[in-house]
Amino acid sequence: MNPDSTPRTITIDPVTRIEGHAKITLHLDDAGEIAAARFHVVEYRGFETFCEGRPFTEMAGITARICGICPVSHLLAAAKTGDKLLGVQPPPAARQLRLLLNLAQICQSHALSFFHLSSPDFLLGWESDPAKRNVFGLMAADPELARAGIRLRQFGQQIIELLAGRKIHSAWAVPGGVRSPLSAIARDWILERLPEARATAAAALELYKKLLDGPLQREQLTFGDFPSLFMGLVAPDGGWECIEGAIRFIDSHGRIVADGLSEDDYASFLGEAVESWSYLKFPYYKPLGYPEGMYRVGPLARLNVCERIGTAWADAELAELRQRSGTVESGGRIITSSFAYHHARLVEIVACLEGIEQLVADDALMGGRIRAHASLNANGAVGVSEAPRGTLFHHYRVNDDGLITRVNLIIATGQNNLAMNRTVAQIAREFIPTPVAAGAEIPEPLLNRVEAGIRCFDPCLSCSTHAAGQMPLRIELVDAAGRVLAERVRD
Amino acid sequence: MTGAQLPVRLSINGLVVEAAAEATLLQAIRSAGLQVPTLCHLDGLTPVGACRLCLVVIEGHPKLEPACVTAVADGMVVHTHTPELDTYRRMAVELFFAEGNHVCAVCVANGACELQAVAVEVGMDHSRFPYQYPRREVDASHPLFSLDHHRCILCTRCVRVCDEIEAAHVWDVGYRGSSCSIIAGLDQPWGEVAACTNCGKCVDVCPTGALFRKEDGSGEKQPHPERAQQLVEARTEHHWHNQ
Repeated sequence: MNPDSTPRTITIDPVTRIEGHAKITLHLDDAGEIAAARFHVVEYRGFETFCEGRPFTEMAGITARICGICPVSHLLAAAKTGDKLLGVQPPPAARQLRLLLNLAQICQSHALSFFHLSSPDFLLGWESDPAKRNVFGLMAADPELARAGIRLRQFGQQIIELLAGRKIHSAWAVPGGVRSPLSAIARDWILERLPEARATAAAALELYKKLLDGPLQREQLTFGDFPSLFMGLVAPDGGWECIEGAIRFIDSHGRIVADGLSEDDYASFLGEAVESWSYLKFPYYKPLGYPEGMYRVGPLARLNVCERIGTAWADAELAELRQRSGTVESGGRIITSSFAYHHARLVEIVACLEGIEQLVADDALMGGRIRAHASLNANGAVGVSEAPRGTLFHHYRVNDDGLITRVNLIIATGQNNLAMNRTVAQIAREFIPTPVAAGAEIPEPLLNRVEAGIRCFDPCLSCSTHAAGQMPLRIELVDAAGRVLAERVRD
Repeated sequence: MTGAQLPVRLSINGLVVEAAAEATLLQAIRSAGLQVPTLCHLDGLTPVGACRLCLVVIEGHPKLEPACVTAVADGMVVHTHTPELDTYRRMAVELFFAEGNHVCAVCVANGACELQAVAVEVGMDHSRFPYQYPRREVDASHPLFSLDHHRCILCTRCVRVCDEIEAAHVWDVGYRGSSCSIIAGLDQPWGEVAACTNCGKCVDVCPTGALFRKEDGSGEKQPHPERAQQLVEARTEHHWHNQ
C-alpha cells in the first residue's frame, strides 16, 4: 500500500465536553488498520514547582486553585497532608464536615459530567447535529431534564458555598480541621432541597437504565471494556469511602490484589511513567510494571473496590449495577466496561445524597471543636482524598520552618491515562471502518464516539497536568511514517 | 517655654478648616471628614511619607506634598483630589503591585488587606506596568510568625512599631533600590534575633500579608492596625495607672 496516498492518522483536536485541553491521534498501520490510539494532554502549568518556598499552611488555598470543578478535592487532600505535618488528628466534627463537603462536591461534579457533558450523546444521539449536541441542545429537547440536572449540580455547589463560604476555590479546610461549622440556615436549606435532588437522581437512573436496555447496548460492550486493576479508598469494613479509609486494589476477577495500603507508602506501589507525547503522566501499579500495571480509579473503581455503600437506596442501585454489568468471570462482582462509569456516577450521586442526609441530622456538626492547633511536627506527609474522578494524592516535603521544598501531586485523571488510551483504541477499532481508504473523511459521529470514550472517565486535564486553559478536542489521523493525514478540530 | 499655639485656618477642597498649629496636613484633612488614601501612615506611629499616596496639591508649592509629613500653615490652600493626583495615586498603587508578588487569591490577608482596599479605592483594575516577579524569600524562622518578602511594600510600619512602641527595634530597612528589604536584627533570620519579644505588634500593623501568624492560611489574617494608637494613648494618658 502506498503510504503517500493512504490516510494514516486521525486527529481529534480539541476533544470537547471535557475539562481541559487535549487531542487524540489514531495511528494506522500500512494496511490502514487502527494500530494505536493516543490521548494527548497538551497543557502544562507547573504547580508542583511554584509551590516550592511557600508555607505549607497556604497549600490548601493554592492547590484548590488547580481546578474550578473539583477544588474541594485538592483542598481536602492538602488539609489532610497539613494534618500530618502538624501531627494532629482533626476533631471528629471537622472530619464529618470535610466528608459533607466532599459528598456535596462529588454530587455536583457527577451531575455536571452526566447532565451537562455526557447526556447529550445519549439523549440527543451520536448522529445528532454536533452544534446542538450539548447542554443547550438538551435544554431545547428536554427542558425539564436539563433544568433538573442543572439544579442537582446547584444543590451540591450550594452546600459547598453554605459550608465553605464560596462555591469554588474556598480555603475552608485547613491543617487541623475546618474553619467553621454547619449553620442552622445551611442545614435547613439542605433538608428542604434534598427531596428534589433525590427525585432528580431517581429520574436520571430510570432514564439511563432504559437507554442501557435500548440504544446504548453496543457502547456498553465496546467503550473501554477490558480487564484492569481498580484502585480506591475503602472503609475499614470494606464499605464505600471518599475521604478516609485505606487504599485497595482489586482485579477484574474480583480478587483483592492489595488491601489496607496507606497513602504514606504510595511510592512503593505507584510508579509514574512519562511519554514524550503528553504532559499527562502515566501512573501504574508498581508490582506489575509499566504498562501492565494499568489501573482505573474514579466512580467505577470505587464501586468495584468496595463491598457495599452502606445506605439502602445506594446499595440497591449498586446491586443492580453489578447484576447488569458485572462480568461473568467475577461472578457479577466487577464491572470492566468503562462505559459503566456513567452509571457508577449516578449510583454515587445516590450515595452522596443519602450520606448528606445522614450527616446533616447530626447536631455535632453545628458547633464545638472543629480545628486542632499545633505547630510543625513533621518534615513530610502524604494526604489522600477521593476526588469525583478518583484517588488524589498530595505529597509535600517541608523544611524545619514549614516551607515547602518539594511537591508531588498524583491526580485521578492521570491514573486513568493508560485506560483512557486503551479505551480510545478500542472504540476506534470498533466504530471506524477499516482499512481507512486514501483521502477518506472519518464521519463526525464516529469521531464523537471516540471522544465519548474519553468522556466516560470525565477527565479533568486542568487538574491532571495542574494546567490552565480551555478544553477543546482535536483528533489526528497519523500514518505509519508519522505524517498527519487528516484532522478534525472542535472548539 | 511658650504656651499652646493658636489654631490655624486653611482651605481644603474649598472648605475652611481649623486645625491645631502642630497638626499635620493629613490630620487636618481627616478631621475635616475628608479622605486621602494612605498605606505607610498609621496613627500612633511617626509618619515617614514612604508610600506617596497622601500627596496633595498645595497652592504656591512647586511640587506635590505628602500630607502625612507636611505641617499645616495659616492660609494654606490645599486640594486632595485632582485629575493629576488621582492619576499619580493609581500609578503608585500599580507600582506596588508590579514591584512585588501580590497574589490576592491565595494570600493570608485576602479580604483584610489595606493594599487591596486602596487598589479598589483608587480604581485600579490592572497594572499598566510590567510585573517584575522578583525572586524573594519567606522568612519562617520565627516560631510564631512569618515574613513573606513577596508581599512587603516597605511601608516600615513594622520597623516603627517595634522601635517606637515595643522598643525592641528588631526591624530595619536593608539594601538599596529594587533590592531594598525589611531585615531582622543584623540581617539575620527573624527567629535568631534575640531582641524580638514575640509580641506580634509588627504582624498586627502590617497593611498586607507580608507579616502573618504561622497558622494563618489563605484569607485568615486578622490585622489590628488600631492597636498602635491604642497603646500610645494607654501609655501617654496612663490608662492603666491605679487611680
